[in-house]
Amino acid sequence: MLCKRIIPCLDVDHGRTVKGIHFQGLRDVGDPVALGDIYQRQGADELVFLDISASVEGRETMVETVERVAEALMIPFTVGGGVTSLDRVKRLLGAGADKISVNTAAVERPSLIDEIASAAGSQCCVLALDAKKRAEGEGWAVLTHGGRKPTGRDARAWAGEAVERGAGEILLTSWDRDGTLDGFDLPLTRAFAGDLPVPVIASGGAGGPGCFVDVFREGKADAALAASIFHDGTWTVRALKEELDKAGIEVRL
Amino acid sequence: MLDVIDYGGGNTGSLTRALGRLEAPFRRAGTPETVAEGRPLLLPGVGSFGAVMEGLKARGLVEPIREAILAGRPFLGICVGLQILFGSSEESPSVPGLDVFQGRVVRFRAGKIPQIGWNRVEPRGEVGFPGGFAYFVNSFVAAPTDKEIVLYESDYFGPFCAAVQKGNVTAFQFHPEKSGGFGHGLLRRWIDAL
Repeated sequence: MLCKRIIPCLDVDHGRTVKGIHFQGLRDVGDPVALGDIYQRQGADELVFLDISASVEGRETMVETVERVAEALMIPFTVGGGVTSLDRVKRLLGAGADKISVNTAAVERPSLIDEIASAAGSQCCVLALDAKKRAEGEGWAVLTHGGRKPTGRDARAWAGEAVERGAGEILLTSWDRDGTLDGFDLPLTRAFAGDLPVPVIASGGAGGPGCFVDVFREGKADAALAASIFHDGTWTVRALKEELDKAGIEVRL
Repeated sequence: MLDVIDYGGGNTGSLTRALGRLEAPFRRAGTPETVAEGRPLLLPGVGSFGAVMEGLKARGLVEPIREAILAGRPFLGICVGLQILFGSSEESPSVPGLDVFQGRVVRFRAGKIPQIGWNRVEPRGEVGFPGGFAYFVNSFVAAPTDKEIVLYESDYFGPFCAAVQKGNVTAFQFHPEKSGGFGHGLLRRWIDAL
């Protein structure tokens, strides 16, 4: 049986990892290559590198970072953040990324998904979607620009369209749960993972092993992404996976 | 020196980076002349069965590769590089494969397609290969007529062929270059046996 995947996420700004990473005994906590290697050794199934640089120089640095990461990593990795054109996708894939995630640019210009899928294959194309529960009525709405801008668009309908256009995976982040450690948003995850024909990576709210057991069992997620619990050193990937194994979840150990 | 077959369409980078990590000398081979020079061949296949065969055909590589395999040259296929060893695929019914092995390439009948992620692979019979977890990205799998060539089996809503080996030919449906220490160990083993 296919394993449930555990995916640490690293935010990268001008070639340096940011967002409070507290590993002990690591000299350079800012180097994405060093951090990626640590997670790889801990048993991470994949990694996501999110470029949060807001400048042209930062974006250029990211290509070099991806090259260095690709030399060192023996597991798949996804690169996202600020990807707006097929040209950019090709540069990142050429530098060694296995998959590219698109978010805001795909909402603004959905044919970007068709272009990536047609040029590089659906398996390279991940739709990152930030969803927020509607204050009134049912369902979730799409947010763009790093969760800052509401679009009013229905999140589940957007995911369906993206899959039809060729997205091969959905990275689904709950805006409501992001950074809370309160657990993944199970109704949200289930509404997507339960019936979309492509894998869904749940994100936002990871606290401890129980959250992961729930999102895999009840949320039907194919993979789960987390940042804080790994960066803070609360859980190593391996310790987490050992707990999931004990709970009867199929993981790679 | 290894020849990594470059047929234009696929991304050979992830395999050549793995060979770099293993300190195995290689070059990219994209012409009939280079392939005919007699070095061990590696064929990483990305894309559809039809696209890979058409890419090889456009470069005049189909016959040189087939002849090399039949002459006993070491050959390692990855992903679609395994599938094209068979005669045909449901993915591209009108395109013939290399037809080195008898059997068909069929689409998964259940589950999310493509299969994306890590799956347990078990060696079939007592061949001395280790079991482990391997990274897959595939919608289609080979169904060899001769079950004796199945090197690894795995399970995705039913058992499927994860690797084949016969004589000089080894091929993985999964991506050893992305399968961590386990996958790199398999590549190391193949290189060391040359």
